[in-house]
Amino acid sequence: MIEIFQYDFMQRALIVATVTGALCAVIGVYVVLRGMSFIGAGIAHASFGGVALGFVTGLNPFFTAVIFCSAVAWGIGFVSETKRIREDTAVGIFFASTMALGVLLIGFLKGYNVDLFAYIFGNILAVTRFDMWASVILAAVIIAVVVFLFKEFLFLTFDSEAAQVAGLPVRLLNYLMLTLIALTVVVSIKAVGIVLVSALIVAPAAAANQLTDDFKRMMILAVIVGVASTWIGLLLSAWLDIASGATIVLVATIVFFLCTAFSPHRRTMKQRVRGLRKDITKQELV
Amino acid sequence: MTANANRNEILIRAANLYVAIQDRLVLEDISFSIAAGEFWGILGPNGSGKTTLLRTMLGLIEPMSGSISLFGKTPQLLGQDRDRIGYVPQHAIIDIQFPIHVRDVVMLGRSRKIGLGKKPGKADKEAVDRALELVEISDLAQRQIGRLSGGQRQRVLIARALALQPDILFLDEPTTALDVNAAESFYEWLHAMHKKMNLTLVLISHDVGIISRYVSAVACLNRRLVAHGLPSEVLNGEAIEGMYGCDAMLFGHGDVPHMVVTPGSKGDGG
Repeated sequence: MIEIFQYDFMQRALIVATVTGALCAVIGVYVVLRGMSFIGAGIAHASFGGVALGFVTGLNPFFTAVIFCSAVAWGIGFVSETKRIREDTAVGIFFASTMALGVLLIGFLKGYNVDLFAYIFGNILAVTRFDMWASVILAAVIIAVVVFLFKEFLFLTFDSEAAQVAGLPVRLLNYLMLTLIALTVVVSIKAVGIVLVSALIVAPAAAANQLTDDFKRMMILAVIVGVASTWIGLLLSAWLDIASGATIVLVATIVFFLCTAFSPHRRTMKQRVRGLRKDITKQELV
Repeated sequence: MTANANRNEILIRAANLYVAIQDRLVLEDISFSIAAGEFWGILGPNGSGKTTLLRTMLGLIEPMSGSISLFGKTPQLLGQDRDRIGYVPQHAIIDIQFPIHVRDVVMLGRSRKIGLGKKPGKADKEAVDRALELVEISDLAQRQIGRLSGGQRQRVLIARALALQPDILFLDEPTTALDVNAAESFYEWLHAMHKKMNLTLVLISHDVGIISRYVSAVACLNRRLVAHGLPSEVLNGEAIEGMYGCDAMLFGHGDVPHMVVTPGSKGDGG
């Protein structure tokens, strides 16, 4: 088992797994608490169009996906801002149309492209040196922004209207957060794939939400769950020779269900109900 | 607390204000002025535009024509004077499952003053302590926001609005989801705080009965300003009818009448 880490591709995979797990978890906290899961999924699917654009034009798919996903994220933000169209409707439209664009673009490619398959379902063992460094650098930038704007993003997430009245640049912060979600998706697609990345964003944060009632702790716990899931998933997939992206996402999902089952919130609820029952039986006896 | 505001200085002024939301005219020809130290209750039925008026005063909506000013400035361009206003939204809009403690909610109120990328300092922590003391919930500082009663959560939001020691406090339907007794004691407490700190209060409510005993002025709204002034002078049958668009029967309760809407009369809801 240990000798596998001597391979370059495995070391790269572990670095990308760590970066992806941590980054998705941090951004996932905002996505979960703001109820933006569908937006996350929409942006992730839009990246298919971005990647296809790269293949067709011969540009690096990483860069085309960064630009395309950010544009779609701003589009969703702008359309829902006008309030004439509901946000989930806007996402639904962008979701399908950007995928359709991707399918059309791929039609222009001559022959079947195996590499594209790695983008859709992820293949963390196939990440190149470029992919690794691009992920690390982009993740560092995203985390730095989150740390710098920590209390502003918290206010926006908790009560955006009051944040606006208090004089925070809410509109700018909102677009910035959408951009960070888009960049997180692009960083993660090589590891877990376009169709699975939204699960890795939502599951660790949702699991952490079950374990604590403090925002900072939720973020730290989400990172622990996210990194643990990507590591366990990666090792399992290498050991059993199964698809890495799917394994990572399923591990994260199992962790989420375990956290829900053993959540302290649930325990206190149960204790309260039990206490109530005791009171009732006492009263009945009297 | 209101060191910057002299008594009788006009803090809020609306002149021929027209506001439209999605091409629909919601407020028509609204003019009024609110002086420092007043306690204004803006009354009106659902759909009367009172929430829109509040949002316009806060700078969240831009008027179609006419003007609104706070401290003589456009609400969107308050600059440093933004710290002189506090906003208390309806506590029902807060996600009670949100993983945040009371103290941290109140600290959010100082975000802008603390500055981008900076952490709260000693002065910020002291201001939060003071705000928690003012609303009498210091003992709940470490509670998660969901483990409070509706009334306590309301006080947390008031503490957040007071964390910058504002001159004006805006409250949006503060007693929604409170029963009559709780609402009554809330207004009593609010009135006492208003007196103690000489704080200018502007609150909106659809509850004509209780609030009129505590406010210094009422404004009856139904798209237009039907009437405004002293509660005892304004709240007569004519104003109520203009506001609710229906016949109303009034019965005495202290200085200010209570209202009963005649059954079967058509109301102007929606």
